Amino acid sequence: MITDDIPIIKVGMADMNAIQAPGVLKTSGLGSCIGLSLYDPVNKIGGLAHIMLPSSDIARDQSYHLAKFADTAIPALIEQMERLGARKSCLQAKMAGGAQMFVLASSEMMRIGPRNIERCKEMLSEYTIPLIAEDTGGNYGRTVELNCSNGVFVIRSVQNGVKQI
Amino acid sequence: MGQFQIADYQMDVLKEIGNIGAGHAATALSKLLDKPVDMKVPSARLVPFDQITESLGGEEQVVIAVFLRVTGEVPGNMFFIFTLESSRKLLNRLIGMDIGAEGFTELEMSALSEIGNILAGSYLTSLSDFIHLNLQPTVPSLAIDMAGAILSYGMLQYGPMGDQALLIDTTFMEGNDEVEGYFFLIPDPESIERIFHALGVPPL
Repeated sequence: MITDDIPIIKVGMADMNAIQAPGVLKTSGLGSCIGLSLYDPVNKIGGLAHIMLPSSDIARDQSYHLAKFADTAIPALIEQMERLGARKSCLQAKMAGGAQMFVLASSEMMRIGPRNIERCKEMLSEYTIPLIAEDTGGNYGRTVELNCSNGVFVIRSVQNGVKQI
Repeated sequence: MGQFQIADYQMDVLKEIGNIGAGHAATALSKLLDKPVDMKVPSARLVPFDQITESLGGEEQVVIAVFLRVTGEVPGNMFFIFTLESSRKLLNRLIGMDIGAEGFTELEMSALSEIGNILAGSYLTSLSDFIHLNLQPTVPSLAIDMAGAILSYGMLQYGPMGDQALLIDTTFMEGNDEVEGYFFLIPDPESIERIFHALGVPPL
C-alpha cells in the first residue's frame, strides 16, 4: 500500500530519476514509450526512466536528455543509482510500455513501441541485468510506479485496470 | 543546440494555418450537427513534450482520439480529440444513439472515427488548397486512452531534434460548451520549412 507519507516522485517524458527507499517513482501516460525500472533489493535503491526512442544514433541535437534513448538511458540510470550506493550486480529490471497505440502499418515510426522493447532488452543483456518481469506491447497506454521499499512495480491502464509485477 | 527556433512572424503564419483548417472543419461539424459551432482562436507554439497534454487535463486524462497520419509533401500527425462526455453527446445528437456510461460499442467507435475522418479531411483539404502542397491523410485510427499515451505518438518525429514539438491546436465547441473538441496538428519537423517556403515566408 502506498500511503500519504511516502513521497511520490514524478518522472517526465525522456527523463529519469533514482532514489533510496522510502519513496515511489512514477511516470504517466506511456504509449509507445517504455517505463524501465531498475531495483537494488539489498540497498533498496530504485531507478525509473521514461524512454522515448530506441537509439541515440538518430539524435540531431547533441544536448539531448540521456533518458530519451534506450541505449543511453540504461547506462546513465545505472550510474545514477551507483552514486546513491546501489550495486550493479544486485540490479533487477522490470519494464512496461512499448505499445502500438494506432494501427498503421505504413510508417516505420509507428512501429516504435516494439523497437523500444527490443532495444531495452538488448541493453539490459549487454549490462547483464536480469529482466525479471515485464508488461509490454499491446495497444493501450500505461502509468507505472516503482515502490523503492520492495521493488513492486504497479501498472495502471484504462482498459486493463491495475496490475502488479 | 539543435532545438527549433521559430520567429513570431512565422508563428503567426502557422496560427493562420490552424485558423483556416479548423475553420473549415468547424463548418463541416456544424453541417453534420445542423447547429452552430464556435471555435477559439487557434494557437501555434513549441511545446515541451511534458506539457503537450496540459490543455486536455494532464497525461492521465482519458480521452477519445482519432488519429490520422498525414502523408505527402507536408507530413505530420493529426489528432481530433474529445472528452468521453462530449463524444457521448456528439453521438447522441448526430445519430440519436443513446450512449450508456460504460464503454463504447464497435458501431459507436466506428461512427466517431468517421466523424473524425470527415473533420480532419476538411481541415487538411483547406490547408492543402491554401499552401498549394499535396497532403493525404491515412485511414483514421481511434483510441480511447490516456492523453499522454496518445499524444506522445505524435511527437516521436521531434524526438531526435530536442524536447519540444510544434503544436497547432484549436478548441471548438457547440451549444453552450456541451460538446467540446480539439484539433491537434503536429507537422513533422521538415514540414515546417516547406510550409514557409510554399507561402513565401522569409527564413529566420
